[in-house]
Amino acid sequence: MTEATLPIAIPDVIRTEHLVKRFGAVTALRDVSMHLVKGEVLGLVGDNGAGKSTLIKILTGFMQPGGGEISVNGEEVKLRSVSYARSLGIETVYQDLALVNELSVYHNVFLNRELRYSPLPFLNNRKMREQARDHLMKMGVNIPSVDLEVAKLSGGQRQSIAIARAVYTDAKILLLDEPLAAMGAKEATLILELIHNLKAMGEVSIIMIAHNYAQVLEICDRVNLLQHGTITFDKPVAETSLDELNELVMREYRVGTTKTSMKS
Amino acid sequence: MAETILSNAPMPETELPPEPVRKGFWSRLGRIFLRQREASILVVAIVLVIYFQLSSSNFLTQFNILTLFEFISATAIIAAGEVMLLICGEIDISVGQVFALAPFIMYLVNQAGFSLWVGIVAALLVSSVVGLLNGIVTVWFKIPSLITTLGTQFLLNGITLTISMGEPVLTPSEGQINQIMGVNPYSEIVWAIAVMLVVQVILSFTRWGKHTVATGGNQLGASEAGVNINRVKMGNFMLTSVLAGLAGILEAFRITSISPLAGGTTIMFAAVAGAVIGGTALSGGIGTVVGAFLGVLALSILNDGFTLLGVSAYTYDIILGAAILIAMILNVRLRIWREAGRQ
Repeated sequence: MTEATLPIAIPDVIRTEHLVKRFGAVTALRDVSMHLVKGEVLGLVGDNGAGKSTLIKILTGFMQPGGGEISVNGEEVKLRSVSYARSLGIETVYQDLALVNELSVYHNVFLNRELRYSPLPFLNNRKMREQARDHLMKMGVNIPSVDLEVAKLSGGQRQSIAIARAVYTDAKILLLDEPLAAMGAKEATLILELIHNLKAMGEVSIIMIAHNYAQVLEICDRVNLLQHGTITFDKPVAETSLDELNELVMREYRVGTTKTSMKS
Repeated sequence: MAETILSNAPMPETELPPEPVRKGFWSRLGRIFLRQREASILVVAIVLVIYFQLSSSNFLTQFNILTLFEFISATAIIAAGEVMLLICGEIDISVGQVFALAPFIMYLVNQAGFSLWVGIVAALLVSSVVGLLNGIVTVWFKIPSLITTLGTQFLLNGITLTISMGEPVLTPSEGQINQIMGVNPYSEIVWAIAVMLVVQVILSFTRWGKHTVATGGNQLGASEAGVNINRVKMGNFMLTSVLAGLAGILEAFRITSISPLAGGTTIMFAAVAGAVIGGTALSGGIGTVVGAFLGVLALSILNDGFTLLGVSAYTYDIILGAAILIAMILNVRLRIWREAGRQ
């Protein structure tokens, strides 16, 4: 609450100005100006094809915008590659893409940053196991054992581990592309709880793409609605409601259908 | 909630996927054997030994055991490399031709006046270059490794026939080297076991091993995490080729002659079959070097036992074919069950 009353003190970790992205004749992003405040969870909603994924891909360094500016931590940057974006602390967690099923949980957490008994080339499994366990515990990720192969865990548990790993690798800005898609109620609760814990720790800022407005209202601080390549709605969740969000989308849908019916 | 103890703690209700109540003894035993493929293939090997010993008392004689070692060694060495490649999602079917080429390189370097050691090192270097070539073509030009190595296998065969002019030669002799490299009846099996142990340690206890599994298990995820999957693949192609070259050299010393027709597809298929029967998935991500060794062991026992009993070589092929099919079906089922266990 104090955040809202202090206008300047809380810096933006990400700010975009008039982002444009076209694919041939198709305009994916028309004019996107948005911002992410440090420590907040921003829900990004919108219909399929509204440009959510394009925006995420640009912020993650996977795609370059056709125009507009991006600032990270107050400095204007060109997110020219995924690894450069990552070096700035921006990390995207994709569902099911991130983890290696055949490796144990702790080997996944330490993938490509394995600890060794240097100067020997051998893995220090004991230390990795302990640190992975401590880290997951700290974040409130609950799994039976870090020794388990990831294949044996549920979708929600794997998603939690993927998010926890991103945080462990010093990600400061997490982009979650539909972290709750295709998940049962219990599984979704796991993820929501984890995001809640992250918020409480206040180290990371999160942009979360979601379809379920109830979940967005439950976990996010602020909602942005993306329609036809531009942000048409930006409110703290406290100032909006499920009805309002539904109404906005329904209105778009009605306009869309009348347009097409007039054409035909 | 956040402070719940991770291990050995009673699981909160939101966590635990409903465990199927009480499985039967047999299904549980089956599961253990499916998880521990090495254990099951070892049991198969032991059963085969007992069977052949009962059918022909000649099986467990020193002479026959040495014959068995000859069957196993070279194939097991090739299988050790092949497993690494299969785990990272690739395959090398040119190994049989590297096997034939390497001893000729050694021979020619030796003929040029260098010591046999230099010849061996040169042969292994050439082998590694072949592996690098396989890797580069596969990785950079994005050609399936089956096709890449199909090409290099013909290429290498042609090179071997050209430089040997199609004639076998006698393996050069230089005292102690010959003993170490295969003349001593136990040296080759010692090499095979040493290679197995070293490669298994690489697979289980080094970054390289974990990155190999990650590359085969989830290529996209591994590269997202920053694993250099191209380097992993090229490295394993090189390892496989070098081991195939080593196997060819050892055989050349044991047999004391170098034939341009040695190796070929027979030894390559035996190595891949051993790996697959030992639990390696052709789809990548799964497999062990010890399993491949035991797979080769079981096949060799079968082969040797049949020879001893006077069973036709045709029958051996029928059984080998059936064993590969069963092993593959088990691999696929295993994967499906594991994935089902997740939900």
